[in-house]
This record gives sequence, structure tokens and C-alpha cells, in this order.
Amino acid sequence: MEVGVMKMMNKEKLDLKETELRLGLPGTEEEIIMGKNLVMNSNGKRGYTETVDLKLNISGIDQTEYQKEKNLYKETKTPAKAQVVGWPPVRSFRKNIMAVQKSDSEETTDKAEIGVATFVKVSMDGAPYLRKVDLKIYTSYQELFDALGKMFSSFTIGMMDFMNGSKLIDHLNDSDYFPTYEDKDGDWMLVGDVPWKMFVESCKRLRIMKGAEAIGLAPRAMEKCKNRN
Amino acid sequence: MAYSFPEEVLEYVFAFLSSDKDRNAVSLVCKSWYEIERWCRRRVFIGNCYAVSPQIVIRRFPEVRAVKIKGKPHFADFNLVPERWGAYVYPWISAMARSYPWLEEIKLKRMVVTDESLELISKSFKNFKVLMLSSCEGFTTDGLSSIAANCRNLRELDLRESDVEDLSGHWLSHFPDNFTSLVSLNMSCLGSEVSFSALERLVSRCPNLKTLRLNRAVPVEKLASLLRRAPQLVEFGTGAYSTEIRTDIFSNLVGAFSGCKHLKSLSGFWDVVPAYLPAMYCVCSRITSLNLSYATVQSPDLVELISQCPNLKCLWVLDYIEDAGLKALSSYCKDLQELRVFPSDPYSAEPNVSLTEQGLVTVSAGCPKLQSVLYFCRQMSNAALVAIARNRPNLIRFRLCIIEPQAPDYLTLEPLDTGFGAIVEHCKELRRLSLSGLLTDRVFEYIGTHAKKLEMLSIAFAGDSDLGLHYVLSGCESLRKLEIRDCPFGDKALLANAAKLETMRSLWMSSCSVSYGACKLLGQKMPNLNVEVIDERGPPDSRPKTCPVEKLYVYRTVAGPRADKPDFVWTMDEDGALRLS
Repeated sequence: MEVGVMKMMNKEKLDLKETELRLGLPGTEEEIIMGKNLVMNSNGKRGYTETVDLKLNISGIDQTEYQKEKNLYKETKTPAKAQVVGWPPVRSFRKNIMAVQKSDSEETTDKAEIGVATFVKVSMDGAPYLRKVDLKIYTSYQELFDALGKMFSSFTIGMMDFMNGSKLIDHLNDSDYFPTYEDKDGDWMLVGDVPWKMFVESCKRLRIMKGAEAIGLAPRAMEKCKNRN
Repeated sequence: MAYSFPEEVLEYVFAFLSSDKDRNAVSLVCKSWYEIERWCRRRVFIGNCYAVSPQIVIRRFPEVRAVKIKGKPHFADFNLVPERWGAYVYPWISAMARSYPWLEEIKLKRMVVTDESLELISKSFKNFKVLMLSSCEGFTTDGLSSIAANCRNLRELDLRESDVEDLSGHWLSHFPDNFTSLVSLNMSCLGSEVSFSALERLVSRCPNLKTLRLNRAVPVEKLASLLRRAPQLVEFGTGAYSTEIRTDIFSNLVGAFSGCKHLKSLSGFWDVVPAYLPAMYCVCSRITSLNLSYATVQSPDLVELISQCPNLKCLWVLDYIEDAGLKALSSYCKDLQELRVFPSDPYSAEPNVSLTEQGLVTVSAGCPKLQSVLYFCRQMSNAALVAIARNRPNLIRFRLCIIEPQAPDYLTLEPLDTGFGAIVEHCKELRRLSLSGLLTDRVFEYIGTHAKKLEMLSIAFAGDSDLGLHYVLSGCESLRKLEIRDCPFGDKALLANAAKLETMRSLWMSSCSVSYGACKLLGQKMPNLNVEVIDERGPPDSRPKTCPVEKLYVYRTVAGPRADKPDFVWTMDEDGALRLS
């Protein structure tokens, strides 16, 4: 092992990284963690593998030093090692499978404490592209609906109105939109049934469905409409 | 006197030549054989999409029916090739759409495929039959809709391991009601749920369906219905194999499996509930291929299953199998040819399972036909490698990944040079080798001396100096692909062996010690090579000449420097000028 560390250190001496001008995106850092392995990420950027597998947080922002330390000791028995990009050579779809299965068995409360950002894709039927929202920044369904309304207002001619019992009424088009989401089991559910926190933890993606397709979900929405009115 | 064999006879004879090597040899005999051969070549394999241009291919081979094209270098699988590097298939599709109206097969690997390309494919080739997209990306399920809707004679749609933007499962419903030609469907990489009734109807009306690999979203309770509609299946991939155990689902599944008398290959098994595995026992005796690499099942359940498969030839499994499971494998599966053991938790510092070098040694001793190995583990010894080499001199592929970079022999703390040396010395037919662990220049001396049939070599965190690289480049006569990361290899060996690079498909070096100056020199010296410097830090000449480049990709080409380089790729070419894209 010592031979290995020595090798790395020699390599580092030849490397002129300390003095060179870098053209990198704002916020990139070199990962230099002292410990068993002195490893430098040669392109100065944190690769995808590192970002996910450090298990710190997905977006790489909003982490306080305290929370970082807390994660290191919580998630691994030994101090976390710097992750080298592309090592071990495991394809990303294999990594993701394991990560998903692992997190399913971990307690979801951990995530809430750590403050992991939860970006989910939002698609709207008929819109030319998708959007992403961080569910963690909202505290209620109403806030989410307001944000979605603003996000997709450019795609509908009429008013986006989520107020009316989860049913969005497009006045001019006269077609109904229902916000639905895909949960951890892969089922498509109508947004609004479960407590907000539970929703945030189980929501994998959002889809604002056009009325015709949401027929199976419609009865519940209608009931809700009636209840609220 | 000129021989008077009519062209048609020669064409007929050439039709029996399937290997490209043979056809290439035939076309060198004389001008008329070259002409005849080029008009009757139906299959073209392009190992590197930038080694040749679509125009050159089309000009030489005007009547092609099947193409296979590979794009990005292998290390792209591990995120070492930046986004937007290239390997766009659209120029190929667009050229072939004009010139190959009768094209039937397109097989792509590591290429960027857009929905536009898929739509163009679906509309340009009336007799289109086979689409295989292996580890591709850039398209969405909308592109699949075009294929489903327009390719009336489609036989195979295989999306293996591609990264698809999954907008919805509706694409499957675009296969018309009178579409019945499907033979193979692999949608295992997709996330969203397809309409199950559409899937059922599709399976019902395609009597020639032999391969069906479902995606995770298809739940276990729906499998029986599909299997009953396709008892002729040879290859089957389940979806998520989990739900709370219910006897009716279980017995239904047993019944369905027992009707499948031709099943040889099984895969899928996400989220496995072990209690469902016995449902397959009735087909196990005929199974030759088993992919359990997503099944987080413990060793005893794995052994139960494997012990029922005496004809197993190929096993992909997670390291949950442990040494004990591999011991069982070696005693039950004497026909085993290929073993891949994947890590269940590659990033944890401590081992989470009891899988060591011993498991591999046992399999190498017990399985006389073993020829292909991919093995992730956390400890290795020279003794184990020597044993494996002596047990299995018939190895053709040996890829070992010791998870900790530069891990020494855990017993002696020495480098693993001797161990890998034994592998190349005993396994004279070895074509592919991946190294790991602590290695000095010595292992490369062994490789250069013995590995005469080696075609592909992968090296990481190994070696001491340029000598290592020199041994490989000067000694490995059959070398086609060399990929290296994080090794202290530099200019000297590269420049001294420049000519060798023209005999290879490609060389990849990242995080090594190759200077920009050497890259320029190489580019100048070797006009038939594209020397690409990939550096996201900005123009290479903004740093000192001795500063190592981030990544280097060198490949032989007849197409010249490529025109679709992104801004972080610099080509070094003959006139020595720095070409910016």
C-alpha cells in the first residue's frame, strides 16, 4: 500500500496543476482527500460517479460542512474515500440498480434529515420539452401547483388553475389537465392524495396528464372537486 | 490466357465467404476479383466510425444489406469520454438512406442516435429487419414509436444497455395490428411501463418470437400470461421479479414456464423475491445462459437455482454468490464457458460479501471449458493467479478487477506481476486481458513476451515508466485495442512505437504523462492516424509543453481529421498547425 501512495505522490509532483490556469465551470473542485489513497481527479471536475456515490447529495449544493461530516460517518464505517472517476469500471446502469435497491431498504427519514435535493422530471402532455423541479423546496401541494403553473403557463393558451381540486381547467381549450406522479412502485397516481411529506419521498417523476388519458383517475378528482366546492 | 470463369460463378463462390478477413483477401487477388467481390459484399463491419467515411464505404460496396458500426471508445462506458465527444450516427443513416434502399440491418454500439435518425431509418429502408442499439444514447421513446409504426418487416429490435430518454411506454402500441414478423425484442433498458394489453397482443400475433426481454416495469404476476402466448420462446427476460408471495401467482408461473420447452436463456430478475425462483426450476435443465446480475439474492438461493442447471454455459451474477456459491457452480456446471461476477457494492470500503480470489480459483479448477472471465473482487494473490493459469490454459478472455487500485498480493504484499505473467504464459490463446492491482513494468515485459494473440488490453493504475508501454507496443503482435488510464506512460514509448499504432484500431490514454508536444509530433509523423487530444481545461498550448494532456485518443483512419469535433478536442495533424474546431 505504501508503495502505491508513494507512486501517487511522485505523480503529483510532476503535475503542474497547482500553478496552471484553469478553464472550468464555476463550482468545480479538485477532490484531494488525504488518507489511504491520495487521489487527484485529473480533470478537476467531479464526475457523475463521484457525485452520486459519495452519497452526500445529488445536486452538490446546499451542503453544510457539518452535514457532510455527518454523512461520512453515517453512511460508511470507515471514512469515505475520494471516488475516482470511472473506477471501479462498473457501467452506470448497474450502479443505479444497486443504488435504488439500497435506498429502498434504507430509512427514508435519513434523506429528509440530510436535506438531499429531490429533482424530479415534470412532463406535460403536448409540451415540447420537460422540466425539472426540486420537490424539497416546497412545503405543500399548493406551492408545488403554483410553481408548476408558472413553469408551464407558456404552453397553454388558457389559465392554469390548480386551485379547483387538483383539476386544471384550460378555459379556452376546454380540456382538463391532471397532475399525476409515478411512485416508487412504478404506479401512476393522482397528485394530492397522500400527506405532502410522503408524496415527496415516493414521487419519482411528475406528469401533467391531459384529461382523456386520466379517465381512470378522474372519478377521484371529480369527488375531490365536489368536496372542495 | 485469361481464365474464363463467368462472374456469376465467382460471385456464387464468394457468397460462401462470410468472414471479412477472407473477403478482404479475395479482393486483393486481382482487379476483376476486387470488382466482383465489392459488388457482392452484403455485410460491412466498421469498428471505428471515424476510421472511414460513409461515402468511402458506399463507393466501394454499393450493395450492402447489413452494417455494424462502433463509435465511442470502450472507456466511454465508465464516463471517461466527455459528453458531446462525437460518434453521431446521423451522417451514416443519411448517406445510407440515399444509397442503400435495400438495407436490412443496422447494428450500432456506443453511438449517439437521435430520434431523427430513427425516423429516417424507419422511412428509408422498405425491407428493414434488424435494429440493434447497444450502449447507445441520444434518442427517446418517440424514436422507437417511428420504428414500431413504419418498419413493416421488422424482425429484431434490441436496445441492450442503451440510455433512452423514456417519455412514456406508448411506443409499443405503435406496432400495427397486422404486424407479425417480430422475432426478437429486447426492451430491458427502458424504465416506463408499456401498455400490457398491447404487449400481450403483440406477443400473441408474432408466432416467430424467439427472444423477449422485458423491462423492470413488467411485474411478476403478468409474466405467466406472456409465456403462455409464446411457448416457443428461446430467450426470456423477466421484469421485476418481486411481489408479495401469492400461491396463485406462483402456480400460474410454474404452469406457464412448464409450457416453454425451448427456453435456453433467462435474464431480468430485478428486485427478486427468492420465493419466486423455484417457479423456473422446470426449465432449468435446458438453460444454457443465466443473467442474474440484477438479482440481489443471497448465496443459498442462488446455489439452489444453479444446482438445477447442469447445462449452464454462461452465468452473469452478483458477488452475493460468494466463494461458497462458486464452489457449488464448479461442481454442478461442468459445461460452463463464461463467468461474470459483478460487485454489489463497489464503493464501500469494506467487503460486504464473502467473495475472494478463492471462488475464481475453484471455478477455474472445476470447469474445464471455462474460457471467458470477468471478475470483481477485493483481494488477489500471485498464487491464485498462477493456479488459475495452470488450471485453465484455454482462457480466451480474462478481465480481473481488484476494486482497490494498486492493491498488492494480499498475502505477500508484492506486486501481482508474477500472477498475471503466469496468465499470459499459460493461456496462449488469450485475446482479451484487463489488469488491476499493484503492477510494475515487469508485468508488461511478460505480456510483451508471451501474449502473442492478445487483441485487447486494458490497463489502470499500473507500471513504473515508459518501458512498460514500450514492452506492450513492441511485443504484442496481435494488439488491436489498447486502453490505458492513470499510468506513468509518456512520450518516449509512444513516439518510439508510432508505426505500431497504424496496425491497431485505437489507443486510449488518459491521466498518463503524454505531453502535448509529443502528440503534435505524433500527428505530424503519422498522416494515417488521427491524434485527438481531449482536454476540458482549454487549449493545450495555453499550458507548458511538458504538461501532460488529459486524454489522448489515437486511431487509424482513411477519412482524415473529423469535421464534427467538439470544442474540447484538438486534432494534431500533418502540417503541425493547431486545429481548433
